[in-house]
Amino acid sequence: MNSDDWEIVIGLEVHAQLKTKSKLFSSSPNQFGSDPNSNVSFIDAGMPGMLPVMNSGCIEKAIKTGFALNFQINPYSVFERKNYFYADLPQGYQISQFEFPILTEGFIEIESENKLKKIRLERAHLEQDAGKSIHDIDPKYSFIDLNRVGTPLLEIVSYPDFNSADEVISYLTSLRQTLMYIDVCDGNMQEGSLRVDVNLSIKKPNAELGTRCEIKNMNSFKFIRQAIEYESKRQMKVLESGGKIDQNTLLFDTTTGETRPMRSKEFTHDYRYFPDPDLLPVHVSKDQIEKVKSTIGELPQQKLARYLSEFKLEKDVAKIIISEKSYAEFFENLISAKLIKPKLAAAWLIGDIFSFIKDKNLQIIDIVDKSSKIIQLLEMIERGTISSKVAKDILIEILQNNIEPGLLVKELGLEQVSDNNELGKIVEEALVGEEDNIEKFQSGSDRVLGYFVGKCLKATKGKGNPKVINDLLLKKLSK
Amino acid sequence: MPTIKELKSQLSSKNISVRELYDDYYDKAKNSKLNSFNHLLGPEYNKENIKNSQLRYDEGKDLSLDGIPLGIKDLFCTKGIPTTASSKILEKFIPEYESYVTQNLLNDGSLFLGKNNCDEFAMGSSNETSFFGPVINPWKNKNSLDSQLVPGGSSGGSASAVAEGICVASIGTDTGGSIRQPASLCGVVGLKPTFGSCSRWGVVAFASSLDQAGPITNSVEDAAYLLNSISAHDLNDSTCSNHKRDNFLESIGKSFDRPITIGIPSDYLKDINSDTVEQIENTKKHLAKLNINVIDVEFTTTDFALSTYYIIAPAEASSNLARYDGIRYGFRGDGNSLEEIYVNSRSEGFGEEVIRRILIGTYVLSAGYYDAYYRKAQKVRRLIKNDFQRIYNDVDFILTPTTPNEAFKIGEKLDPISMYMNDIFTVPTSLAGLPAISIPSGLSKNGLPLGVQLIGNYFQEKSLLQLASLLEKEFCFNE
Repeated sequence: MNSDDWEIVIGLEVHAQLKTKSKLFSSSPNQFGSDPNSNVSFIDAGMPGMLPVMNSGCIEKAIKTGFALNFQINPYSVFERKNYFYADLPQGYQISQFEFPILTEGFIEIESENKLKKIRLERAHLEQDAGKSIHDIDPKYSFIDLNRVGTPLLEIVSYPDFNSADEVISYLTSLRQTLMYIDVCDGNMQEGSLRVDVNLSIKKPNAELGTRCEIKNMNSFKFIRQAIEYESKRQMKVLESGGKIDQNTLLFDTTTGETRPMRSKEFTHDYRYFPDPDLLPVHVSKDQIEKVKSTIGELPQQKLARYLSEFKLEKDVAKIIISEKSYAEFFENLISAKLIKPKLAAAWLIGDIFSFIKDKNLQIIDIVDKSSKIIQLLEMIERGTISSKVAKDILIEILQNNIEPGLLVKELGLEQVSDNNELGKIVEEALVGEEDNIEKFQSGSDRVLGYFVGKCLKATKGKGNPKVINDLLLKKLSK
Repeated sequence: MPTIKELKSQLSSKNISVRELYDDYYDKAKNSKLNSFNHLLGPEYNKENIKNSQLRYDEGKDLSLDGIPLGIKDLFCTKGIPTTASSKILEKFIPEYESYVTQNLLNDGSLFLGKNNCDEFAMGSSNETSFFGPVINPWKNKNSLDSQLVPGGSSGGSASAVAEGICVASIGTDTGGSIRQPASLCGVVGLKPTFGSCSRWGVVAFASSLDQAGPITNSVEDAAYLLNSISAHDLNDSTCSNHKRDNFLESIGKSFDRPITIGIPSDYLKDINSDTVEQIENTKKHLAKLNINVIDVEFTTTDFALSTYYIIAPAEASSNLARYDGIRYGFRGDGNSLEEIYVNSRSEGFGEEVIRRILIGTYVLSAGYYDAYYRKAQKVRRLIKNDFQRIYNDVDFILTPTTPNEAFKIGEKLDPISMYMNDIFTVPTSLAGLPAISIPSGLSKNGLPLGVQLIGNYFQEKSLLQLASLLEKEFCFNE
């Protein structure tokens, strides 16, 4: 089997949970992690005579997404009922958009093998989530948690424009980033805020599309990649051994790393969609669209471009900083007074600051209150008041113990020594008894210089300005 | 029968206390043999309300419906009071909430005598589909005094109770004629307001795009009293209109200060019995006396109304009734799996007519049939609406018979189609969402009441009640 003979074709359906206070059609709170069945209104529980009322905040989130993903925002959309029975679906139907979705025909650009590739988006529609069935607590009974019932979802459906797992991950990364930037979704994968269905088929180059299988409901990039790799190989094996692919709905088993078909009962539904007579069609006016547009702010790709042109950051560095809105906000705050060079701030942010929060298992949000102290520290570095080595230690003191960097530097006498006379003496002392090494340097061995700088720094207990020491050494040695 | 106005005056002048009035009606209701209540509320239950109502009369601060004992169709959710929709599947259901309509009635001081029997989930035209047995019409066929007659349906309990005089008035619901048809067969007044006048919040849903609450009363003036209370904007029902409500009592009994034209659809009068024709001819004479101009009009869509209704209403019902699954409340059948519980709960919990309509509704929404049935029916519905508006270019009101026949024997109509034919004159108005009132117009050869239906344009209830009050007076003089 040669996988080069086959092209993989993938389309995605992404279900993004909207970040709203209340649910799509009821006023119960839209939050994760509450006690089971505590965020359930009479509407969510499907009690007799209860009626849905649309949360207009969800329409705004959809419009925002429309702008960010280059969608056509439709002035008229309709909520319909998708009818099926399940214990975690109290109404007996899910309210969703079908024939008239709020967003159609968008696109997103992703990087694929260092080139930009346009992924076309077919539609995005609003719908309510179902509750959760828990089957593994008791051997005899299933448990139902209705907290998630009615949670607003935006389902974003792409065309089959992906040809590899890399492209899929690149798209999902970019999509997640964008949705978080515009405050539409919290992007929390573990809590199921983004759930992905993968439609995958394979074909020979220039052939018609093959029969696809749908792998449902994945919420980890790692498992999505594994599922795509497993499923494409499985299909190749079937086709190369003369078999054919059955159009099927699959689940990815994270323990075996394999896909397996869902029981047919779980998906062969005739959903009997029809417009929900309890709800009016959604009309979105031009004014409303313009109003929402003004609230969007800078999107990640726009930010990236600005960081490269305005701040002259390295692309890799800029990409890390824009990867989360919170990083970018933190970074922009550090340089907002224009006292610190962007490159310096960026280096410290993705270096020592990131490794600290990673070590301590923190989020950037946990250290936002230390920003002004970090700014003071970076200013001291910028002015040459302290050395980088000292700064590293002070940074830890700031982040860990919230101490005042200026005071600490004074108290411990940590100011960097840049005085020529003082350092000149140290340089002279350092060269005593080093005739062999001096000779090596003079015969062209640069490495010796590093050794001398290190020796001098040690003598100043790290406070000596390495650049000054370097200059003094060069002067002395070249005589 | 005493009117609300008369009773209020008795209460105000202390000829009778609120408690005495309540006891009087309660005793009559308790001793009634017509099965028109599923659940009666004794004076002890209403003790507080009676006391407060009396206090308000004592202080001369009585509310618009203070102390008036009402029946409530058992389709309205009433907090703490069993609400069954006359179905086994809700036999023991007690809501934790009060419907918007009944809350308004309570706010206006009325007292709930109990919950009126009705067809199961309001599906029927004879009140024979109730799980709690058929309701009996207080009227007798003078040529067949032994046989018990149906009161019509689905608000049969409401109409029978008002006609028998065991409650002052009742609130029913009308989907395809469920207020007007039983009012006609029991010789009382029944008003179906414009769709969107009264909130559907807390009313057990049958067909959401058609269901509307309305009064069943002994007089047109009483209907105006009740409509003043129940017609109000409700943010919890997206289909409830926010137009300004009139005071419907203002115009009762007043002659029109403008020329009025009434259209009689000649196509409604083809192939109907002589009793019914006579009602229309008689009404024409009275209209002439009132100086109201009568012209012939002709609909082009009448033949399609009934079949359109029997696609749309069951389609919506099949989805609305999906929530009764035995999982969270109501009757649960035995079963070892989720599917068995569903099948047994619904097969045993729903009666024959309800199951028939769920099956019809499921069928017309199914893949491959949706376009042929549901979509086409929606188009025809639009044409029916347009047809009415065309007629309203020339007339102010439309006059038709309410029913094609008088009350029939319990058990007489066995096949569903002949039962459905009962609603042939009421269904077009329902599909168009227009307001319509049935008032008693005279007796048949068998001495049974018959009614005529007056149909107004959207939200013209005030002038519709005005016209009905004038005609009512004419019919009374005639008796």
